[in-house]
Amino acid sequence: MSLAGVHEAVTRAHHEEWARVVAALTRRFGDLDIAEEAAAEAFATAVQRWPADGVPPNPGAWLTTTANRKAIDRIRRENKLGGKQKKAQLLYDDDPPEPLGAIEDERLRLIFTCCHPALAMETRVALTLRMVGGLTVPEIARAFLVQETTVGQRITRAKAKIKAARIPYRVPSAEDLPARVCGVLAVLFLVFNEGYLATGPGTDPVRHDLTAEAIRLTRLIRALMPDDGEVAGLLALMLLTEARRTARVSADGELVTLVEQDRGTWDAALVAEGHRLVRERLAAGVAPGRYQILAAISAVHTSARDVRDTDWSQVVALYDQLVRIDPSPIIALNRAIAVAELDGPEVALAAVDRLEHKLAGYHAYHATRADLLRRLGRSHESRAAYDKAIELAGNTAETAYLTRRRAQLG
Amino acid sequence: MQYLVSVITDSPELATADEMATIDVFNDRLQAEGHWVFAGGLAVPSAATVVDNRGGEAMFTDGPFLESKEYLIGFWVMEAADLDVALKLAAEGSKACNRKVEVRPFL
Repeated sequence: MSLAGVHEAVTRAHHEEWARVVAALTRRFGDLDIAEEAAAEAFATAVQRWPADGVPPNPGAWLTTTANRKAIDRIRRENKLGGKQKKAQLLYDDDPPEPLGAIEDERLRLIFTCCHPALAMETRVALTLRMVGGLTVPEIARAFLVQETTVGQRITRAKAKIKAARIPYRVPSAEDLPARVCGVLAVLFLVFNEGYLATGPGTDPVRHDLTAEAIRLTRLIRALMPDDGEVAGLLALMLLTEARRTARVSADGELVTLVEQDRGTWDAALVAEGHRLVRERLAAGVAPGRYQILAAISAVHTSARDVRDTDWSQVVALYDQLVRIDPSPIIALNRAIAVAELDGPEVALAAVDRLEHKLAGYHAYHATRADLLRRLGRSHESRAAYDKAIELAGNTAETAYLTRRRAQLG
Repeated sequence: MQYLVSVITDSPELATADEMATIDVFNDRLQAEGHWVFAGGLAVPSAATVVDNRGGEAMFTDGPFLESKEYLIGFWVMEAADLDVALKLAAEGSKACNRKVEVRPFL
């Protein structure tokens, strides 16, 4: 096999096997720290050995065996140093979870532990990307524009808390599962959104590494929990959003709004897959949750070949449904944007203005107002709203777009 | 595994009769289900005295070791298999005493 072929095999094994290796070792040694380090060493060994020895017929098994050996070496080494045997004070699981069919996968335990509600959200994100996604600490730090030491400390503290507070290494019971799955999806949605609307000056407006990783992990959860509607909904939402990625930023790095996007450049395969998932959930006949409704809204948009063909009444109806389960002001703002298309900018503006006390610090509130005021010919007020939006926006493509729109007011 | 569940407040008011009644029901349940180790209510922080005998001669200082807006007014020590169990019990405890609680594992 060529060197390039071996590198590709290592990369593929890393994508496919990392979480499985970490999960299997955590289960065996009861310690996330040992599992993570041994898995990293096993992959480093693969990088050294595979070019000479060839790629083993079952890379996953080879990696798990190698990682197991590394872990045992470390435990022996530490025991020799004395006093550290307590390291073997294992992560706790004396109570095997109820059999849940397909859900019984080692990786799920890992995901639920990394996304435990007793950990801070940013910690859950970092820990999930490291332990489940296999991203390195520098990669995570770059993705979220924080110092490597900060990410490293977050992960180290999380591992220490999991051990000290005895956060269980198991899939939650059926009764707790819906709430806990919701927590996992929130982590993945956050990773995706940070990738889709990256913040910070000098950052690429769309971080494809993050959106791709979020989709990959959501696909993994979907494979493990194929009957969960919200998992399917979130995956569909991500796919339908990702499908528009390249159309969303112009060659000059400016945001292109949904209305102005070249729909021919949307990724047809991703759109088709997203639509299939949305149809599957509709056919299930179960009341949809938040992600499924958001995916359905995205499906309406991506079904229109031309923006003028958009079924706005359907979009508004879906937002009405969403407002009932999630009465957040951001949902109300997005609903108002659809209302503008259905009932005109004046009706929409009245709805947007009612959100001022809750959203005055949110750039999209001012950007929406600016656009509605512009359409109503109220240039002076529109300009002030654009100013406010530009001041608050963190995404470089959005800032560029807003600046141009403001200049066009003349 | 044992957890300290601290009851936190920012007001010196004691538990009301209704709160005491629900706390009693909760305590009975902790005992019946084997989670009970110990529990107690505490006097206000200004009733505390700090003692430091590291230097050979015991020093007594009036007041708590830490002045803060929120403080401890009671606690449970609970036996729980893991943090999930402890958090569930703590959530019920918080409801019963109508206060915030903090869950902290013993070593």
